[in-house]
Amino acid sequence: MATSGTRPRAVGRPVKRVEDGRLLAGQGRFVDDLHLPRMVHAAFVRSPHAHARVRHVSVSRALALPGVVAVLTADEAARLCHPWRGILTDYVGMKTALQYPLALDKVRYVGEPVVAVAAADRYVAEDACDLVEVEYETLPAVVDPEAAMRPGTPLIHEELGDNVIYRGGFDKGEVDQAFARAHRVYRDRFVVGRQTCVALEPRSLVAAYEPREGSLSVWISSQVPHMMQAIFARILGLPEQKIRVVAPDVGGSFGLKIHCYSDDVAACLLAMRLGRPVKWIADRLESFATDIHCREHLVDVEAAVSADGTVLGLRSRAITGVGPWSCYPRSSVVEGNQVIRLLTGPYRIRNYKAELNVVAQNKALMSQYRAVGHPIASMVMESMLDRAARDLQLDPVEIRRRNLVRRDELPYTTAFGYVFESGSYLESLELALDKGGYARWREEQARGRREGRHLGIGLSCFIELTAPGSFYGSGGAPISAQDSATVRVEPGGTVTALIGVTNQGQGAHTAFAQIIADQLGVSVEDVNVMSGDTALVPYGGGTSGSRGAVLGAGASILACRAVAEKVRRIAGHLLEAAPDDVELRDGKVSVRGAPDRSLTLADIGFRVYYQSDKLPRDLEPSLEATAHYTPARPITWANGVHMVVVEVDVETGLVKILRYVTVEDCGPMINPALVAEQVRGAVVQGIGSTLYEHVVYDAEGQLLTRTLMDYLVPGAAEMPDIEVHHLETPSPFTLGGFKGIAEAGTAGAPGAILNAVNDALAPFGVRLTRQPITPDLIRSALRQAPALNRDGRR
Amino acid sequence: MAERHVVRLTVNGESVERLVEPRKTLADFLRQDVELTGTHLGCEHGVCGACTVLLDGDPVRSCLLFAVQADGARVGTVEGLAHDGLHPIQEAFHDHFALQCGYCTPGMLMTVHDLLQRSPSPTREEIRKALAGNICRCTGYHAIVDAVEAAAARLRAAPPREAAR
Amino acid sequence: MKPAPFEYLAPRTVPEAVSLLARHGEEAKLLAGGQSLVPLMNMRLARPRRVIDLNRTQGLAYIREVNGALRIGGMTRQATLERSPVIGGRCPLLPEALALVGHPAIRSRGTIGGSLAHADPAAELPAAIAALDGQITATGPRGERTLPATSFFLGVLTTALAPDEVLTEIALPALPPRTGTCFLEVARRHGDFALVGVAVVVSRRSDGACGHARLVFCGVGPTPVRVARAEALVSGRRPDAAVFAAVEGLVRETLQPDGDLHASADYRREVAGVVARRALTTAWSRTNHG
Ligand SMILES: Cc1cc2nc3c(=O)[nH]c(=O)nc-3n(C[C@H](O)[C@H](O)[C@H](O)COP(=O)(O)OP(=O)(O)OC[C@H]3O[C@@H](n4cnc5c(N)ncnc54)[C@H](O)[C@@H]3O)c2cc1C
Ligand code: FES
Ligand code: FES
Repeated sequence: MATSGTRPRAVGRPVKRVEDGRLLAGQGRFVDDLHLPRMVHAAFVRSPHAHARVRHVSVSRALALPGVVAVLTADEAARLCHPWRGILTDYVGMKTALQYPLALDKVRYVGEPVVAVAAADRYVAEDACDLVEVEYETLPAVVDPEAAMRPGTPLIHEELGDNVIYRGGFDKGEVDQAFARAHRVYRDRFVVGRQTCVALEPRSLVAAYEPREGSLSVWISSQVPHMMQAIFARILGLPEQKIRVVAPDVGGSFGLKIHCYSDDVAACLLAMRLGRPVKWIADRLESFATDIHCREHLVDVEAAVSADGTVLGLRSRAITGVGPWSCYPRSSVVEGNQVIRLLTGPYRIRNYKAELNVVAQNKALMSQYRAVGHPIASMVMESMLDRAARDLQLDPVEIRRRNLVRRDELPYTTAFGYVFESGSYLESLELALDKGGYARWREEQARGRREGRHLGIGLSCFIELTAPGSFYGSGGAPISAQDSATVRVEPGGTVTALIGVTNQGQGAHTAFAQIIADQLGVSVEDVNVMSGDTALVPYGGGTSGSRGAVLGAGASILACRAVAEKVRRIAGHLLEAAPDDVELRDGKVSVRGAPDRSLTLADIGFRVYYQSDKLPRDLEPSLEATAHYTPARPITWANGVHMVVVEVDVETGLVKILRYVTVEDCGPMINPALVAEQVRGAVVQGIGSTLYEHVVYDAEGQLLTRTLMDYLVPGAAEMPDIEVHHLETPSPFTLGGFKGIAEAGTAGAPGAILNAVNDALAPFGVRLTRQPITPDLIRSALRQAPALNRDGRR
Repeated sequence: MAERHVVRLTVNGESVERLVEPRKTLADFLRQDVELTGTHLGCEHGVCGACTVLLDGDPVRSCLLFAVQADGARVGTVEGLAHDGLHPIQEAFHDHFALQCGYCTPGMLMTVHDLLQRSPSPTREEIRKALAGNICRCTGYHAIVDAVEAAAARLRAAPPREAAR
Repeated sequence: MKPAPFEYLAPRTVPEAVSLLARHGEEAKLLAGGQSLVPLMNMRLARPRRVIDLNRTQGLAYIREVNGALRIGGMTRQATLERSPVIGGRCPLLPEALALVGHPAIRSRGTIGGSLAHADPAAELPAAIAALDGQITATGPRGERTLPATSFFLGVLTTALAPDEVLTEIALPALPPRTGTCFLEVARRHGDFALVGVAVVVSRRSDGACGHARLVFCGVGPTPVRVARAEALVSGRRPDAAVFAAVEGLVRETLQPDGDLHASADYRREVAGVVARRALTTAWSRTNHG
């Protein structure tokens, strides 16, 4: 928009984060830092069993403990609220049971809340939990997802008739013909273990109810304050305008803090019953047992490949185990669905048949975690390509070159029906090979093999579904497809922006300040961005699906345009110029071509706010605008390539990452440093998925990985430096051409690492199709390797 | 309820005296009784490092220490790292995008402070090992390692007057 | 995750600590560095009614050298040992093992006595002390008694300490001249407990053959596991690659570890052999400098 006349100054530069100062000084404002008068603390009695009938609950001893102010039982909680059901109507035939805040008749996973206690402090609340007596009659647990589907398996919810939550799939193109034409057909089963998000700040909430007003304020560590407002309204039976949800500083989230959790509801009920503020902070044991888990999949895949390496067709059958209920309100079907839908990746595969089974189990609920479905889809596809390449004696690069969608084929419609409008699939690959030194590493690998060192090189080429517009709303969930910004020029000429998108560490406030600064011709320091409070910001969908930058930027740009228009009209009047001739630049508002005819924003602010009586009545005395934005297309596709080199110690099974190079294309970058850090953080989570992280339950449904000692989050010592390169292919359909980036690293890492490990192990005839890849897994594969090699140390 | 004990200590150079239950951890004491909420809790079993503070100059997990045990001690927390403005380590974190959500940051800073006191010119590998007991779920560590290298260089050039400890 | 209530006692002297222990018996727990006990208390897996804090007890933290032998007070911090020039000079195995125990902030508090008394089967220090032929002194109402490390560890988290005894001292005999040591482990992440680890002590006789030899493993049984047959295999010979490989095979045949969440029995057995071979190779090469 030429008339605002600002040349980009802040956007595109690695502007330092505006969020840092407080956080570095120990002055963060996380939920647990909040203290309110008369506040009490909640703790929960939780199920020690995976599956059991609740025979009897006795709370009298707990109630008698000094310091205890309330004990909430399941029956009472059920009476005080409306239960919820995690269905998205888009998924035809999907079924799941109603969920209540506390376990009513049965417990269905270890850690399920049974009784809630409020007391003077958390110590006493836990003392009281110890005094609650619960009698259980244990039932056989359903743990294995395949077993869950078999007839005769115990039912988790009797009323549903079976344990299948959803069955879906599609059949596109001429799949059978493709397989009939194939030179080779490759079949594999991929097994992906359960994981969990492990935000370092646990789920946290303070709820305060004012009975006379009937108003509830909830400070919650959340990505989605407006969604929580809508959900609390439905469940607690309060009108939306009486509910304020505030997400203050949030200590990481990654998809964790985007769901309705029963303990959150129970804590609100305690606050409502008591008329006193209630704080509930999950401890790490509770986090592992009750945070959403993610990624438990079995994927059977068949690939039909021609002699030149062209992938002619695919068949996949995925089973996803999601715990006793489909999660509310986003459901637990999206992850599995993304696995099958995204499986073809950035490759030209026209014939594809897929089937998905989402099944219930006696484990914690499973739902969306960073890169929903992508890592599994990408890992499966990338691994199949490497297998075909090896068999056909092609370089893994070559098979990718032959199958990647070319720029001249855009827009390209995938077999499932996604439309790629813009992207740089081959270009990203070539850049990654160049920056990563692919050819040199191949030489190094050959040299290493002669010396008994086992290096492997892995590639993954992936797409990232970003900025989903309509996704959940169409299935009936109260999740905003649009996002919003209010931009206000203050009387002194500085700018306040209230953004619907939230910040959990991405640096969103910095990015939006950059955009707004450029749009209004002011400096980044003159813009203050706030978010996360339903009483403050316009209605928004928060952060998820790498939507924040795209939707928040779009809304900010629109709001700035509206403000700039107001500024120009008022300045035009004051400077006796046509509004179209007025430009905003460097904090000045001047007439184009006549720089001496200018005002500052402060001049205009003074006139508008304090002397509006002197303005013509047809000029609205306002320097503020709110805009809402939905991208033109339901999805904006980003893409990238990872190249990784690993060394496997074949005697111990330890994997060391020697080099990690990524190329990311998220369109024009608002702030390249923020992009790089999103990528790095996401890559390390992807490495975690592939090599370390595993939620393990035993055959009885007991959770074995209960602490950070047992659930291995990647640590600094093992993680590599991560080199990040960029391509910038703008989206033709978003304002600014921006695309999302937050999940790409997590999507791309598993395929690249699995391929690198398999490349290293290839001389032994070993190929792994399971994650996490533990030292034990590598050793046991080598032990059973067909090609016995001295170095395999059988 | 067990008998309460009087605890007297200095926190960031200020004397503090409170009556506490023996079971109260130093972390909860600092956060609740002294109202210094910069020290964070990420696990309460010693692994994540978010609660790291200095006890008589040494880095310790404040979740694994009872406040009564700190009677008579000198405690340094993130709030005491700089008198005003930011400590060179904090500045380097800012310059290198070494924090995202900031939840791990106070513990990281205290660990780095200790590292650079003992080892003014650590290699990247030494830095990574020294940080192995501090989990950051957001950054992927690379930027933190960059920041520590930069902070080390700055501190070698111009050591600040120490505030914490 | 907050501990259950307890009464806090901070004895000034060892006899006072012992008499408190004797008085309160199983209801009481000694608190040393707290790096194992407090996590358990926070999770309420340990609920002592009384906590007897040794951190204010006089005379339990020291490192003394007498003619090459070392005496270490039970409350000596792991970080102190790790940085002690005396320990580094006389017994480099300890700092090498200590560097693998958790993280600096854990070692600032954690004590050697606490690690031995806790007796985690995957812990490094029990194996290291056993490989050094350490002697452990326990002080109780009936006075002091000293027992060799090898008979101190009885099972998973179980030692020969009586409920009313305090581990007061660890004594390490002087190592023979030309001794090389090595602590090596495989862990998933830096600072984690070992999946498998080994402490190796070997000495080179004046004739160039191996004299004294110790191989003690952690992570492969309920206690530190010494493999005497492997020691016999090297001692009296001039060990070379073939001997080291034979040790690996022997270790793999001898050990009978259990599998758990972190690694299977097969994995531990195999990798114990690997670390044994590697550590022995390194330790032997270090005898040149000893
Ligand atoms: C994150 C983390 C990582 C760790 N990693 C490792 C690791 O890799 N390897 C490893 O070996 N350890 C590790 N540890 C444990 C650490 O080494 C502990 O310090 C050690 O196990 C116990 O020593 P402590 O002094 O802390 O004892 P405490 O925790 O105070 O006590 C442990 C037990 O020993 C008893 N006890 C303590 N001292 C005495 C005494 N003098 N006489 C009689 N009984 C006594 C106590 O009553 C208690 O039962 C880790 C701990 C943490 C939190
Ligand atoms: S909270 Fe203390 S180490 Fe995690
Ligand atoms: S910045 Fe979020 S955990 Fe480190």
